[in-house]
Amino acid sequence: MSKGMRAGEAKYGYLFVAPAVIIIGVFLVAPIFLALYVSFSNWNGLGSPLGNSEFIGAENYQKVLVDDGLSKSDFGTSIRNNFYYVIFVVPAQTALALFLAVQVNRRVLRGRGFFRTAFYFPSVTSSIAITTIFLFLFTASGVVNSILAFFGINGPNWFKDPRGIIHNFLGVFGVSSAPAFLEVQGPLGISWWEWVAGPSVAMCALIVLAVFTTSGTFMLLFLAALQNIGAEIDEAALMDGSGPFRKLFSVTLPMLKPTLFTVLTLGLIGTWQVFDQVYLTGGNGAPAKTLLTPAFLAFSTSFNDLKWGQGAAISFILFAIIVALTLLQRYILRDRDVGKRAETNATRAAAEVKAGAARAVAKNASTNTDTTKAGIR
Amino acid sequence: MTTLTQAAILSESGRRRAGSPRRKGMSRKMRSSIFASYLLLILLALVYIYPFLISVAGSFKTDADSTANPLSLIPETWSFAAYERLFTDVPLPRWAMNSTVITLIITVGRVFFDSLAGYALSRLHFRGRNIIFAGLIAVMAVPGVVLLIPRFLILKELGLYDSYGGMIIPLIIDAAGIFIMKQFFESIPISVEEAARIDGAGVFRTFWTIVLPMARPAVVTLVILSFQGSWNEFSHFIVSRSDPDLNTLTTGVAGLVSGQLGSGNQFPIVLASAMLMTIPVAVVFFIFQKRLMNTTEGAEKG
Repeated sequence: MSKGMRAGEAKYGYLFVAPAVIIIGVFLVAPIFLALYVSFSNWNGLGSPLGNSEFIGAENYQKVLVDDGLSKSDFGTSIRNNFYYVIFVVPAQTALALFLAVQVNRRVLRGRGFFRTAFYFPSVTSSIAITTIFLFLFTASGVVNSILAFFGINGPNWFKDPRGIIHNFLGVFGVSSAPAFLEVQGPLGISWWEWVAGPSVAMCALIVLAVFTTSGTFMLLFLAALQNIGAEIDEAALMDGSGPFRKLFSVTLPMLKPTLFTVLTLGLIGTWQVFDQVYLTGGNGAPAKTLLTPAFLAFSTSFNDLKWGQGAAISFILFAIIVALTLLQRYILRDRDVGKRAETNATRAAAEVKAGAARAVAKNASTNTDTTKAGIR
Repeated sequence: MTTLTQAAILSESGRRRAGSPRRKGMSRKMRSSIFASYLLLILLALVYIYPFLISVAGSFKTDADSTANPLSLIPETWSFAAYERLFTDVPLPRWAMNSTVITLIITVGRVFFDSLAGYALSRLHFRGRNIIFAGLIAVMAVPGVVLLIPRFLILKELGLYDSYGGMIIPLIIDAAGIFIMKQFFESIPISVEEAARIDGAGVFRTFWTIVLPMARPAVVTLVILSFQGSWNEFSHFIVSRSDPDLNTLTTGVAGLVSGQLGSGNQFPIVLASAMLMTIPVAVVFFIFQKRLMNTTEGAEKG
């Protein structure tokens, strides 16, 4: 293009990006700095934080992380709860999504469209509607327990049951209270015995909910990747005489590695942000705070207890946890020899799927945008 | 599109021809494995769909019936009490109106502003373009829940708390949408625009009448995404308002569920509200289902 045609282009460039830069600047970047200040201040919620509060250093962080007390033990409890949630949800949703994708990708299968729709539908409904449904399904005499009763199992009162499942499991062997070596105080103000409790029965219902609502989205991601592999390689593997299992583990999975990496990262980021579901269960993390998550704790500390600085501090600690874990995972799962190639493959595949993957992923963690970025990458 | 379809048909028939001699040999074992996987898939599909069916059924039951027979798909006695109450005791129409207005404005806003910015970042040359793009990527890495308190603080600061403005403006542009549009614009051949520009069309006109219509697939994707995202949005509306008149369906229903009505056995009314709020998303989902599934199908041939 000639220079003349570019004239005035810069003006339009600035004009076109101006709305985005202003909105994101004012409602995303500036608020983060404001909240960062609040997390170091003693603001009590009255008036503007600027001018109505004093800088008090790291006191808010100290209350949450160091000083003994309710703030610390609540935070510890929330970290424990969310930790078990992540540990159970991420592998389960990844495995189920991969399984579903492999199944609905089979060329002999009739009604593939129907199955895809069925598996994907829960992912597009709102978290509020689906959690409401789950609260209904998991009542004491609800659907799930009726089905369990059919098999002669006496189901628990799910959302009212605070017992940790590892505790329950140990209880089977007669270990119903803390052995001496676990009675000692663990990190963040709760005992080691509490740390090893496992997710509560109530949390298990939320774990099932998460797997239920996310597996469809991740199925689509895997599906896109599987279709990129193409029939030729499948057939080559078949010709070489590999059975279905061998094919899955020696051919399909290695080729899916970039997608697997994406799904795990997205899962990890998403599962540390449980908020809506906990809000809906109503009782501030009830039963016995076993549904408390850091995201919800940050919210309730600020909005209910009016300890704004502490709430903001918890938000930033959560932010740090998510960033740190993502980097750690990236380091652990890094491709050693084929790193470069896999990376370019992933980029290319992503470009081909274009907005497809982005769209699918964005649905997952509500409007959470970071997920989309990772999805595209 | 037609070439793609043809290619698909060709490869399909080729595969079939190659497959046919083998087919006889692997009959029984193959067939039983196919049968088994059908059975498994149907069971799984049932697990995914049944909760929705049962909730629809539950919303037409009486309180007692929903407690006594949670599993049955057909109510013992058909009751519309839950729906009646939603329109009398509960200000559901108000919530629905708020949700609709907010969703429409956000969707239109996102499509317009995201594609404007995406176009500028992919095609227009100006100083600082790369820095802005890098900033956008960085912004996308911020987890949503971390923004709850910051957003509340800024809305208070600007006097936008408890207003439609405060609920809408922060969501009217999203970095992910800009990213999607930018990616798509880059795939459109530049020669088309050059022709328009040589013919004397201005920058905005080229964008509006030439490039944007060519980006229809991406625009449709963005519409679905934005519609669904803002209709289902919850946490932002929790921190941006407290006025009951500004309740959307999500916050309103959440109030019902986490409050008194969720406990005990008043499930029909909360199920009814959950079902009603699912309908618009379900409709959009089924209308655009082909496209939703086709974007991944397309990748196969791409």
